[in-house]
Order: sequence, then structure tokens, then C-alpha cells
Amino acid sequence: MIIDTNVYLSRWPFRRLEGDEPADLVAKLRKRNVAQAWAGSFDGMLHRDIAGVNIRLTQACRTYGQGMLVPFGSINPKLPDWQEDVRRCQEEHKMPGIRLHPNYHGYNLDDPVFAELLKLASARRMVVQLALCMEDVRTQTPLMRVSPVDISHLAQVVESTPDLRMELLNCTSNIGKEQYRAALSAGDVYTEISMVEGVAGVGRIVHEIPLSRVLFGSYYPFFYFESALLKVQESGLDEAPKKAIWEDNARRLIGPAASASF
Amino acid sequence: MLNRRTLLKSLCAGYSMTLVRAEPWGSSNDSGLGGNMRIWDQHSHLAAVPGDTPEERMAFLVKCMDRLGVERLILSQGYSADMHPTPDQFCEENDRVMRAVKAFPDRAYGSVYLSPAYLDFSLQEFDRCVRDGPMVSIGEIEAEARCNVPEMDPIAERAVAMNLPILQHEFLKAGGNEPGESSPFDVVELAKRHPKLRIVCAHTGGNWELAIRAIRSTKNVYAGIAGSDPTSGFVEMAVRELGAERVIYGSDVGGRSFASQIAKVEGANISESDKKLILGGNLRRLLTPILRMKGYQV
Repeated sequence: MIIDTNVYLSRWPFRRLEGDEPADLVAKLRKRNVAQAWAGSFDGMLHRDIAGVNIRLTQACRTYGQGMLVPFGSINPKLPDWQEDVRRCQEEHKMPGIRLHPNYHGYNLDDPVFAELLKLASARRMVVQLALCMEDVRTQTPLMRVSPVDISHLAQVVESTPDLRMELLNCTSNIGKEQYRAALSAGDVYTEISMVEGVAGVGRIVHEIPLSRVLFGSYYPFFYFESALLKVQESGLDEAPKKAIWEDNARRLIGPAASASF
Repeated sequence: MLNRRTLLKSLCAGYSMTLVRAEPWGSSNDSGLGGNMRIWDQHSHLAAVPGDTPEERMAFLVKCMDRLGVERLILSQGYSADMHPTPDQFCEENDRVMRAVKAFPDRAYGSVYLSPAYLDFSLQEFDRCVRDGPMVSIGEIEAEARCNVPEMDPIAERAVAMNLPILQHEFLKAGGNEPGESSPFDVVELAKRHPKLRIVCAHTGGNWELAIRAIRSTKNVYAGIAGSDPTSGFVEMAVRELGAERVIYGSDVGGRSFASQIAKVEGANISESDKKLILGGNLRRLLTPILRMKGYQV
């Protein structure tokens, strides 16, 4: 069984994707033995009506998910009254967490609003997913080039938010290794493997960071799902660490109650 | 070594399932149109691979190949990540490749690293490594000069004369290429000057939606899928616009994984016969003349 912590619903703005219809996405994940998938919305990158994005995400997860899809709502803390979006994510949509895209919403991690958002989420015991990039900068459309999130201030913010539970998504190799490690050791911070590269790259990162912090993430449907699946196989890890990545670590992060609620 | 279908089924059936070890590679020929899947990787390096010697690094690659059912790879550039290598460095890297291949002759072939920026040296190096040596192709050519320069013509003529392919680095970066870095348009220019040349775009631009269009009408240019993120749709578009016969799997290990690049084919919504062509059939077809000339098993 696999818990995929990084899938997206709705449309990538610049291309139709195989699997961007929720029924197709669910069928693909089922075929690949995914039992649970934490789903954000591509709409959360650019849409301003974030409340509407989160309603549609919840509806799609409930309509098509067959108990598999767990919605993670988008929050843009540069929008007026963003705190109400956080409240709705938890109280109305019963989401266990939120997903952030700072580089698409125009703030840096040393912006006080980011710390405020993390404090609010941790007070509500919500998992915070922080997407560090969405696409290789070399392949972005020239009209919309978006650099990866600068995480040089992340460790400091994490340290000042003691109850925070965070997962870093799409950890591209452009992110500085030292800053990455500092963030992971600053608190209860996890990462996933969708953008881990290099020969036997997944086997390598479990020697660089604690295995208990490494989760399975496919970034499907933007990436071919099989990439993450085969990277675990290429790693040469034994069955126990594979199981930790595929399932156990994610279950520990999200908690049994949230895990069972969808 | 694992059969690809067995591998994916095993992975999807659950991690507790013991993976079935497939038979060692047989000697049966495969046109790419039928029979067992045989994965040949056109694009690999020893850079960023663990190990202190070429032999150790190749042994590590073979372990990873076995985990994913990769039968054979084409190795080039040695350890080099240097964008401005000297002729001595080219020689050293080619020697490293030949050592790695010699240690695992049934799992790797060598491909000569050279540059049109050093034409006389490059022709001598071609003769040393290919004409008189064990190597079977040219490239990945990457350093110092774009591939549309006139100095590429004698290199292309050598490739045509020995009926072997060139693997050419190219990219089409959103922020602009590096000085001396080729683009798919440069590859097309060279290919048009040498209609009998068979040349593979190493990365199909990275921006594959643009590069596939750029090479579409130049039939002797092939789309390599190595060395970019496994973005959904790449292989489907390449097959639709070029035909599966012009699409070639490569990984660009050690900087990339075998897995993420195989996934581009395995995850694509294309036919099984097209997957066989892309994962190995096409490369074997391109290499068959030189392999036979050298007495290697195809």
C-alpha cells in the first residue's frame, strides 16, 4: 500500500495532463496500489478566489476519491481575510492540512505573514505542505518564470513555531543542501521524493537525512506517476525502509484520525 | 535482473511481495517490435556515480540497472562535468569509459567524447576510440562549440562513413542557452547538411513542446528523452508528432536516475510496441551496423 503525499487536481495552467480528470487520476492511483493521496489543486497557484478553489477541491475528493483523496486546501496569505480560508479548510472542509505556494503568491519566507500563517496552522494542528517549486525554471513559459522558493529563512521560522508539522514538496536540486538539511532538523519537518534525482537518489537521501522524514510523493499528474515508484525500486533499499517511505512515515505525520476521516 | 512488467506488477501489488528474479539476458534478437522488453539506455555517464575507479562506478551502475531491468547502456564523457575540457581531459575521460566498458562488456558500450572546437584532435580521438578501438558511437558532444559550426562537418562525415549515430547535447532554456551550447535548431542545421547522418537530440530541448516541433520535419533527427524532469505528456507528443521510431530512451545517469527517465515511457499512454521501440528497439536498430562491423552481439 502507498500513501502518495503529493498529487494535484484540476488543470495545470499551461498543458493538459493525462490524469487531470479526477476519475482518471483515481483510476491510475488505484492501479498503482495507492491507498491514500494528499491532493492539492493547481488552481491554488493562480486563482484569487481561493475559497472557491477549496470548495471544488473538497467536492472532487468526495465525489471521485472513493475514500482515497485527502484534500489539502490552498492558502494565499497575501489575500484579504486569508485567516477565514484556514478556518474553512479545517472546520467546514475537514481538511487535515494546507498547501502553500509562496513563489506564486508573491511572498518570501521571512515575511511576517508566513510566520503568522504557520502559527495559525499549528495551533489548529494542521499539516502545512510547502511547495518549493512547480516546474524547472529552464522549461517555464517565458511569460511566467517563477524561481524556486528561497528557504534560507525557513529553519528560523520553523524553530519559532514549536508545534508545527510541515512537509516540503517538490524539493528540486536547485535548493541548497545545507538550507534543506537545516530546515529538516529545525523541527517536525518532512520531505518527499518526487524531485529527488541522481542514480539511486532515494537511497542517497536516506543517508543524508533521517529515513523517518522521507515520504512518498509522485507529483502526479504533472510528473509520470511511475517516476517516484521506480525511484524507490532503484534505491536498493530493504523492505522495511521502503515501507517507511511508502506508508509508515506519512501515516505518522498525518495522524490516525485525519487518516481515517476521508 | 528483472523483467520490466514483473517489476511494476510486483511494486504495485505491495512492497511485501518478493520480487521474482527473471532469467538472465538471453541471446535472442529483438527488433523492438515483439518479444521481451529489452531496455537499452543511450545516454549515461560516470559523473556523480559512487566509486573511486571507473570499474567501481560501472559496478554501481550495473546494480541499479539490474533493479530496473536495464540490459545495456551507452557510456560517454567519463567523470567529466567540466564545460571547458582540454584535449588531454577528453582523452582521460574516454580512457575511463573504455575501462568501465572493458570491466562489463556485456552491459555497456562506449561512445567517444570529442568537440568540434578541437577538430584535428577530435578526428584522431575518433580513430583511436572508434575506428581502431571498442567504441560504437559519437557523443554526447557537449563542450565548447555549437553543433552547427563547419568544424562539425568532418565529424559528421566520419559518423556517416562508419554508419553510427551521434548523440548531441542541446537545450532550449527559457532564460537562454549558455555560450557554445547547442539548440535543437543547431542540430537540425547540421542534420540538413548531412542527410545520411543519424543524430539524436540528447534532451529534446528540455522544452520538449518546442523542440519536437523544431525537429519534426527533419527525419534524420531523433528525439532523446534523457535528462529532464519526467513531465507528463513528453513521450506521447513525441510519438504523435515524430513517430515512435524517432524517439529514444536515455537516462543521463548519474545526474539523473534510470527510474525517472524510464517512467517517461512506462507511464506514457502509448502502445506496448511503441514502448519497446523507444526503450531499446530504436537504439539497437541505429547501432546494428557498427555492432556487426565490430563483431559484437546485437
